[in-house]
Amino acid sequence: MRSPATLRRLGILGMNQRNGDYISIYNQRRFYPLVDDKLKTKQLALEAGIAIPELYGVIEIEHQIRNLDDVLADRREFVIKPAQGSGGNGIMVIGGRHGSQFVRSSGASVSRAELEHFISNVLSGMYSLGGLPDKAIIEYRVQPHAVFDAVSYQGVPDIRTIVFRGVPVASMVRLPTRQSDGKANLHQGAIGAGIDLASGHTVDGVWFNNVLAAHPDSGNAVRGIQVPDWDLLLELAARSYDLTQLGYLGVDVVLDRTHGPLVLEYNARPGLNIQLANQMGLLNRLEKVRALTSIPDSAAKRVELGKRLFGDA
Amino acid sequence: MKVLALLLVITAVGVCYYKVSRLGVPLAPDESTEVWTVEATLTFDGIGQSAKAALAIPSVPPGFTVLDESFVSSGFGLATEDEGANRVARWAARDLRGKQTLYYRVVLNEDGNNNRDRETPVPIYPDIPEYSAPERAAVFALLENVRSRSADTGSFAQEMLRRFNDPTPDSEVKVLRDDTARPLEQVHKLQYVLAGARIPTRIAYVLPLAEGLRHGSLRPWLEVYNGERWLAFNPITADQGFARDVLVWHVGALPLVALDGAENADVDFSATRASRDVMGLAQQRARLLNSDILEYSLLSLPIATQNTYKVLLTVPLGALVVVVLRNFIGFRTFGTFMPVLIALAFRETELIWGCILFTLLVALGLIVRFYLERLKLLLVPRLASMLTIVILLMAFVSIISHRLGMEHGLSIALFPMVILAMTIERMSIVWDEAGPKDAILSGLGSLAVAAVGFLVMTHPLMEYLAFVFPELLLLVLAFTLLAGRYTGYRVSELWRFRSAARAIARR
Repeated sequence: MRSPATLRRLGILGMNQRNGDYISIYNQRRFYPLVDDKLKTKQLALEAGIAIPELYGVIEIEHQIRNLDDVLADRREFVIKPAQGSGGNGIMVIGGRHGSQFVRSSGASVSRAELEHFISNVLSGMYSLGGLPDKAIIEYRVQPHAVFDAVSYQGVPDIRTIVFRGVPVASMVRLPTRQSDGKANLHQGAIGAGIDLASGHTVDGVWFNNVLAAHPDSGNAVRGIQVPDWDLLLELAARSYDLTQLGYLGVDVVLDRTHGPLVLEYNARPGLNIQLANQMGLLNRLEKVRALTSIPDSAAKRVELGKRLFGDA
Repeated sequence: MKVLALLLVITAVGVCYYKVSRLGVPLAPDESTEVWTVEATLTFDGIGQSAKAALAIPSVPPGFTVLDESFVSSGFGLATEDEGANRVARWAARDLRGKQTLYYRVVLNEDGNNNRDRETPVPIYPDIPEYSAPERAAVFALLENVRSRSADTGSFAQEMLRRFNDPTPDSEVKVLRDDTARPLEQVHKLQYVLAGARIPTRIAYVLPLAEGLRHGSLRPWLEVYNGERWLAFNPITADQGFARDVLVWHVGALPLVALDGAENADVDFSATRASRDVMGLAQQRARLLNSDILEYSLLSLPIATQNTYKVLLTVPLGALVVVVLRNFIGFRTFGTFMPVLIALAFRETELIWGCILFTLLVALGLIVRFYLERLKLLLVPRLASMLTIVILLMAFVSIISHRLGMEHGLSIALFPMVILAMTIERMSIVWDEAGPKDAILSGLGSLAVAAVGFLVMTHPLMEYLAFVFPELLLLVLAFTLLAGRYTGYRVSELWRFRSAARAIARR
């Protein structure tokens, strides 16, 4: 246990302060629906030209389920997810077809009828926050870039960046493990590895609040991996500020094998684990950005600013 | 916003202070205080003509609050009036024959706050008396001695009394003191001596109170004027101030009783003491002071409503506990005020059994819920099914525990089923989304907060204060407002970030 004064001196951001001094001031409530509803996010991103997993179609009412074939065309791989879902709930990932059956990423096969039933459930709000009627999004299934293969167990690793006033301040990659059941969720056992903003190299990871150097399943070192298209990724994150108007924003990006960095979702209340993953407190960085009298308009300049202020290299 | 909080605090403390100090509302439940009932019986003989009798009665006696006063004197006309520092009751009647008895009764409450020295009436400074030759020498020697060992009038008088009452007196005192004299004469002598220093004095006739006092009589005490106020002294022990069990009846030259047209006056004193509940006295006092503040309090509501409010007013305390445990310590709970509702439910079941029952029912409910999950129901029908099943489960637990001879299972009767159903639902969602560890942690957190909340809300002192001084809830409000701006760390974070802190410190 450390004393509060020590934590303050080391620049660790606590939940009360995050909520009181940052989120309540820099995030206006009226912009929340844009990030809570994945469909709205996608539509906004498309208009702004921000790369996202391709949207194949949306099912909004029961009637449209009949036209599922038109939406799916001949695609063998796709993902069905609820527009207002939370966490990783209600997501069905299809990896292939076998005649009239669909094969899930886990290997189990589902019939056409079961698929329709699933979509029907999504529409009725079973997986949405608050149980409200929802829409089903059908989108491109991300093929994770091979760069993290050695330190990830199934699932898709994602890179979360905190963007404050449009300037990227910190970043980490979340690596699924067997314990986390292939989910990139730190609470459930995924590894969080900080990323140096200037170079895009990973540093040591943290697993359940403890530092670790090697992935528990593969034994490979977590540190020192270079994230491909790093500058592009940071720029995507910076441009997300213009898109969402949220001053304290969490941007989740996945690296696709063919398409590069794609924005998966936004978070208006990003957590504090990024401090553990980077073994560094957020306060100093946030204060530096807060003190800036003017922030550049262009996303590229903001990325440069972030790299210059907060990069280790 | 700090101004708002400050205003709330001032209002709360102010109203509370007024109630406690002016009206004497007790700060703790079941306080009682001593109430004296003192009676003076005046007897005299009528001689066949119109007669008037005047009896001195207490006037704002120091150290007491007069609660009630009554006279028994049928056949007489009665009037009371102030005379200087005293009050007098005057009776009058025509053609009185034979023995007459008149009663005066006063009910008093010991009130330490009222023990202030009186400032009026302002006396004239006495001239130095014409002492005889031997007296003169002794008096001035004594006065000089005392003056050199004192700093002001008060200490002068005290030193004088001490010397005067010394069992082995100085030679000057021996000359002046007459050991065979009655107490009153001795005090007169003291006045005579003090006049040599031109110190104004008067005699305060006091009644020493004792339980079961009968045929008591007044004693003389000495009051000395120091230029601003009258200081009282026990003429024998030289202690300053009227003692707790001494009632000042009248002061100065006014006689205790004066008769006109009658003979043989005699006054007898008696006293008894009883305990009275302080709350009732406060209400009585409020009425005497024409203060409406207690009339507008919750105490004027019908009893059934009062009992409801006794519970309701403790809920803010429960909310305060939630604020402190969540935002300052870092407990995790389901819902913001679910723990408060659970704590209210514990009122039926007591704490230990409440926790056991709660855990049992939630565990059973979770098992059922996971089965329901496989049925893939929509949200609202799922909740309704959960509620029905929970109630059936509760009935089941009651029956089983009754057959096993454990009576506690029966007190579940009013355990809030809705809260249980909601808790089970929230817990299973968290279980699905974030894993069993998170779900169990939040569940235990809710239970712990509910337990602490329960202990606070049912503490007898808290229940009493919240009901009798509801303005103190403004203090709770001020605190929660201020807590809304608390951006410091939670205790749980001090632990959670220890590895990051270590790493940064190393660098």
